[in-house]
Amino acid sequence: MAVDVLRTGPPGRRARLGLTAALWRRPWLKAVALLTPPLGAFLLVYVGALVVLFVSSLWTVDSFTGKVIHHWTFTNYRQIFSTADPTYLRIAGRTIGIAAAVTVTDALLAFPLAYFMARLAGRRTRALLFVMVLLPLWSSYLVRIYAWRTILAHDGAINWALNGLGLPDQNIAYTNWAMWIVFSYVWLPFMVLPVYAAVERIPDSYLEASADMGARGARTFRSIILPLVLPGLVAGSIFTFSLTLGDFITPLLVGGPSSSFIGNVVYDFIGINANVPFAAAFATVPVLVMGVYLLIARKLGAFEAL
Amino acid sequence: MRFRIRKTHVLVAAFAAALCVPAAGTSSGHGLPTSIGKGEGVLNVIEWAAYTDPGFAKPFERQTGCIIHRKDAGSSNEMVALMRSGGGGGGGQYDLVSASGDASLRLIYGGDVQPINVNLIPSWREFLPNFRSPAHNTVKGVHYGISLQWGPNTLIYNTKLVRPAPTSWGAIYSSKYKGKITVPNNPIQIADAALYLMKTQPALGIKDPYELTKPQLDAATKLLKAQKPLLKRYWNSATDEISDFKNGDVVIGAGWPYQTLQLQAAKAPIKETIPSEGATGWADTWMLAKRAPHPNCAYLWMKYVTTPQVEAKQALVFGETPVNPKACSYMDAAQKGSCAAYHLNQPLSYYNTIHFWKTPVTACGWQAGNSCMDYNAWQKAWTQVTG
Repeated sequence: MAVDVLRTGPPGRRARLGLTAALWRRPWLKAVALLTPPLGAFLLVYVGALVVLFVSSLWTVDSFTGKVIHHWTFTNYRQIFSTADPTYLRIAGRTIGIAAAVTVTDALLAFPLAYFMARLAGRRTRALLFVMVLLPLWSSYLVRIYAWRTILAHDGAINWALNGLGLPDQNIAYTNWAMWIVFSYVWLPFMVLPVYAAVERIPDSYLEASADMGARGARTFRSIILPLVLPGLVAGSIFTFSLTLGDFITPLLVGGPSSSFIGNVVYDFIGINANVPFAAAFATVPVLVMGVYLLIARKLGAFEAL
Repeated sequence: MRFRIRKTHVLVAAFAAALCVPAAGTSSGHGLPTSIGKGEGVLNVIEWAAYTDPGFAKPFERQTGCIIHRKDAGSSNEMVALMRSGGGGGGGQYDLVSASGDASLRLIYGGDVQPINVNLIPSWREFLPNFRSPAHNTVKGVHYGISLQWGPNTLIYNTKLVRPAPTSWGAIYSSKYKGKITVPNNPIQIADAALYLMKTQPALGIKDPYELTKPQLDAATKLLKAQKPLLKRYWNSATDEISDFKNGDVVIGAGWPYQTLQLQAAKAPIKETIPSEGATGWADTWMLAKRAPHPNCAYLWMKYVTTPQVEAKQALVFGETPVNPKACSYMDAAQKGSCAAYHLNQPLSYYNTIHFWKTPVTACGWQAGNSCMDYNAWQKAWTQVTG
């Protein structure tokens, strides 16, 4: 029948149908047409950038002219993993440690909130809570960090309140504690949403069955809720962990004298002598860490929950 | 028939995508000009904020027709990075950069800037002798830019909370103001430590705070590591430091006259001093990018911005000191006593107490051979301190 239309229709329509027929007959053509733009972007922008990163991390820089020497060596990696000068291991450890702390904090904060939203709240309360969780995302990330700076500053909101209550000043501003608070705050929505989705998917019948069999709240939580919510928690943790791992603005703005992240060192080394190779070598550390993290996350079923 | 994407399909698509990779272009430089041609209508600069303040840039744009496009940099490192983006030499996009002494040699040795003909800039002959061919922008008699303004790195303190008034840099290395001290987050800060050690530990034999041997650099690094627990933070931008002093998060620290002026204008109880050990100082240079697309406008700007009237205006906008002493009368006319306040009326010997920023290189001026630590080593030492 399609052949009949091809022979009799007007020219424009005929060409269009001809194309449809050609694509239908040759699935590979369809694949090429559909996949070339996204795959091109993926290869060029994504994989290409990563390959360049790895390749350039094996080069070095002439310290006098700042020009890159295209000679393969592991010097950069040796320096990063050197135990004689543990500067870079310390910075990597701090970055990973704070990312982990932020992830755990967000998980602890997000679970009760998501549980309440999904299972206990009425429709209007739920909508209101959703707006409140997402509201911070409406303003710029920078604005929110600066807001925290004014809250934590010496003459900021917290000290004003403490002084009003007759309590002594806090000195959280420009410390790793400040970074932990700010990171936990800015990435919380990314944890709440997947956990909410996971809690919502738990069938009521499971909880009823558990209660029928005499399980109390704690037992139901341990044996039913937690295993079913875990993929959601892990999915959320991918966001909170990776976003913290790659950040360099928060350490710059609210960090103290010992708050450099991997990103800050990368930024500094690119500015100085354009030492891109060393920066690239250090930047592969979070890539490796995330690789391992994602493998574990997959084992825990996080990707079904995304 | 059900449509299926097979592995071979993906490979074909990937191959087609790979064919679309664009090729990059290159360009070449040129020799010293003997006259300034007609302006190209555009001038692209990398600058410290307000270095092409409309207050004095507007008349220039009207006179020459060169419309200025600005890219503000937050740090010397950012300036170097911007100049090296897009294949280096300003990327064929930027014409001028207002580089400070800790960046200028890096740009020269990195081949990112080109020599200029100082004879095309008449005010150059009027400059204080120290700024005509200073080590930070002139290499082997070749000028890579025109000196502009300078300022000392001063000790800033809160007059209410820091008593008695400090007279030594020792104040930022002692625990008296623990947790209330701030210093710049910049490897060149090592020179401030070296200057302090030069006076307090003569046994180290430091001759020049920018030309440090390995043991001298190690000593400075050790001092800075001991300082770190005393700090509130390392400041990253002038506005950061201003807000920290204003909030009371810090009461003493190293900074520039700019911060002091801003804080005093905001009625904060702030003063600054050049301590007894002397001070380091920054001196800025307008440098011409190797691949500058608008060299005529760039020369016109260098000519304009170094005239006494404009030097005086910029000095008062930014809180820094002109390199052209003829600016003195214009400064006083605009703001009584400002010439003396900015030390422009000082004898030449005054400049010997200021150790101007220059990029550390392996070749020491005071010791034969390449026994000094270069900027890369300074950067690594700084990362060890702050990391």
